[in-house]
Amino acid sequence: MLASLNARAALLSLVIFFGFLLAWHIGVQGTKAVAPMDPEYARLMGVTATQGKSAMPGPLDVGAQIWKHLNEPFYDRGPNDKGIGIQLAYSLGRVLLGYFLAVMVALPLGFLIGMSPLMSRAFDPFIQVMKPISPLAWMPLALYTIKDSSISAIFVIFICSVWPMLINTAFGVSAVRKEWLNVARTLEVPPIRKAFTIILPAAAPTIVTGMRISIGIAWLVIVAAEMLVGGTGIGYFVWNEWNNLSITNVIVAILVIGLIGMVLDQALAAVGRMLTYPE
Amino acid sequence: MGLFGNPFDAKNKLAKGCPCGAHASQAEHDRVFRAESVEAPGSDETNYERVVQSAILRAIFPVDSHRRAFLGAVGWSTAAAAISSIFPVATATDAFAQSGAIEKKALKVGFIPITCATPIIMAEPLGFYKKHGLDVEVIKTAGWAVIRDKTINKEYDAAHMLAPMPIAITMGVGSNPIPYTMPAVENINGQAITLSVKHKDKRNPKDWKGFKFGVPFDFSMHNYLLRYYLAEHGLDPDRDVQIRSVPPPEMVANLRADNIDGFLGPDPFNQRAVYDAVGFIHILSKELWDGHPCCAFAASREFMTTMPNTYAALLKSIIDATAFAAKQENRKQIAEAIAPANYLNQPQIVLEQILTGVYADGLGQVKKDPNRIQFDPFPWESFAVWILTQMKRWGQVKGDIDYNGIARQVFLATDTTKLMKEVGLVPPTATTKTFVVMGKTFDPGKPEEYLNSFAIKRT
Repeated sequence: MLASLNARAALLSLVIFFGFLLAWHIGVQGTKAVAPMDPEYARLMGVTATQGKSAMPGPLDVGAQIWKHLNEPFYDRGPNDKGIGIQLAYSLGRVLLGYFLAVMVALPLGFLIGMSPLMSRAFDPFIQVMKPISPLAWMPLALYTIKDSSISAIFVIFICSVWPMLINTAFGVSAVRKEWLNVARTLEVPPIRKAFTIILPAAAPTIVTGMRISIGIAWLVIVAAEMLVGGTGIGYFVWNEWNNLSITNVIVAILVIGLIGMVLDQALAAVGRMLTYPE
Repeated sequence: MGLFGNPFDAKNKLAKGCPCGAHASQAEHDRVFRAESVEAPGSDETNYERVVQSAILRAIFPVDSHRRAFLGAVGWSTAAAAISSIFPVATATDAFAQSGAIEKKALKVGFIPITCATPIIMAEPLGFYKKHGLDVEVIKTAGWAVIRDKTINKEYDAAHMLAPMPIAITMGVGSNPIPYTMPAVENINGQAITLSVKHKDKRNPKDWKGFKFGVPFDFSMHNYLLRYYLAEHGLDPDRDVQIRSVPPPEMVANLRADNIDGFLGPDPFNQRAVYDAVGFIHILSKELWDGHPCCAFAASREFMTTMPNTYAALLKSIIDATAFAAKQENRKQIAEAIAPANYLNQPQIVLEQILTGVYADGLGQVKKDPNRIQFDPFPWESFAVWILTQMKRWGQVKGDIDYNGIARQVFLATDTTKLMKEVGLVPPTATTKTFVVMGKTFDPGKPEEYLNSFAIKRT
């Protein structure tokens, strides 16, 4: 029954996918009739004007473009023109660096806040104010004070991914069952050992959930940050292709961004499954 | 309090005195040294020192007979020693020993992907930077504010800017005041008013009430020219229409989405709007003011003073490239060199139409105008004066303006003159000239009168 449900779901997914492609293909067929044009004039004009072709690319154009990028993902033709693989590597590098810095800060601080009601109340107002700030709002401030655009981008990743992890860690730590802590107290477990053998395993699933939310936000933000500062990265790629009004490449980039985001998310989900255990 | 009333303003001191303290103004300071260095014989260090010393003396004693009397009384070497003690002659000498070693070979120069930046961009693929001993990376940048910040942050050593930007940065309008210099204009002409195809029948600006227009930046020739054009046709650019800052690459997309009715923007986006059947070219900016400046090559004064040899080599490459771009027969080659994704990332046919001046106007006609865009590095100081009159006209700056002082401080016409000679070009002999904007003559000597002659203004 389960297998057949899966099979049916997969089939339906495929139908939806091909239905969407077909609708897209039909939707972008040029419909405008083209007035006859002086050939000298036509030579100077784009295909939208000369053949009535829609400005929106069809699925076949996008497919061909994806094939082109897959064939040559790592080319390097100067500082402003690099393959999509290299651009992704730049973006991933920035995201992971900013993200791990955030982990280094959020986990210890979250532990501290979770274990101490005093700290929890003292930090609460700051966290509440800082949490809802759009990461990109930090950008001008970061550019102005840090005076380096790539470090600013990493800072923005850091600042946006730190909050969900911090809050989840603090919550996970403070929600450890009282009985377990009482048992530890009865057995006179020293505090460091208590933190690592009782609280950490108990809070781990909540902490990983926070990390999973954070990586998602970090990946969302990097694209926007790179569009803003330019230079390298998948966000810059989108901007550069928009510059050329190449919607085909923009669609390709959107697909790639989605796929990488999914991989990052699933990786942390797998970590989360490893750490969850039945009580 | 007027613009120059602020005692904490960096430009205040520069406008009223000079860094060495020996001259009445920065302009005088510059004039004295630049003029001397052109005549400096050979590359011998002592020659330069002598030239600089005599320049200082001449500045202290403008009247020849006084100077001779002073020298007669104390002797040349005593006078030189006395002056060295109050003024760092060695530093000034270094600044003009142009044939010295280049301090920094690997440079980063930022640009915005528009045809105005042609000389800056093409100097890389066509080898002009290499020719002058530099290894320059030209970096594409997302917008004018970013290019300003990255240049101020020193991520870029120099950058492509809109001609009014170095003036605005130096004056601290829209950013902190930082002394900036603009030693070379990139292009003259080369902009256009593009309207959406749905306005094909509204060719008279009087019908444009309620239109939304895009310009690349508040401090741009585009903004001033569009405002000038509208005002000449009786429309108040602040009340009758809406003018927004739109980054050039987004102009065509916004035009297609009906967010704006038209724009006065840089190429390739005028031609690109035509190419994609979104807009038509209403009028070229050349028809408003033939020979107007647009974009510029800019660097901080700090870069100029700390790395004078690099600065000179970079400027020579730009002037050289600009001279190459000015020749019609090279334009097709340039279009091919700057079309790839590493540079402008545009179809080559679009760039060819802009650079050769044989273009489709979007209304079914092929037009020919070889001067649609031109390249001329000379930063006429009167351009800066005109820009200042317009900044004041539209309320971007208030109070009294030292028009010529700022113009001379930012637009380094004398530097350009010297380097143009070094690369074998013939520079103009004057640094100011009069010109005609929409049928009205502008006299750089009378900026206030010019400003007062407009009916629509914000002052």
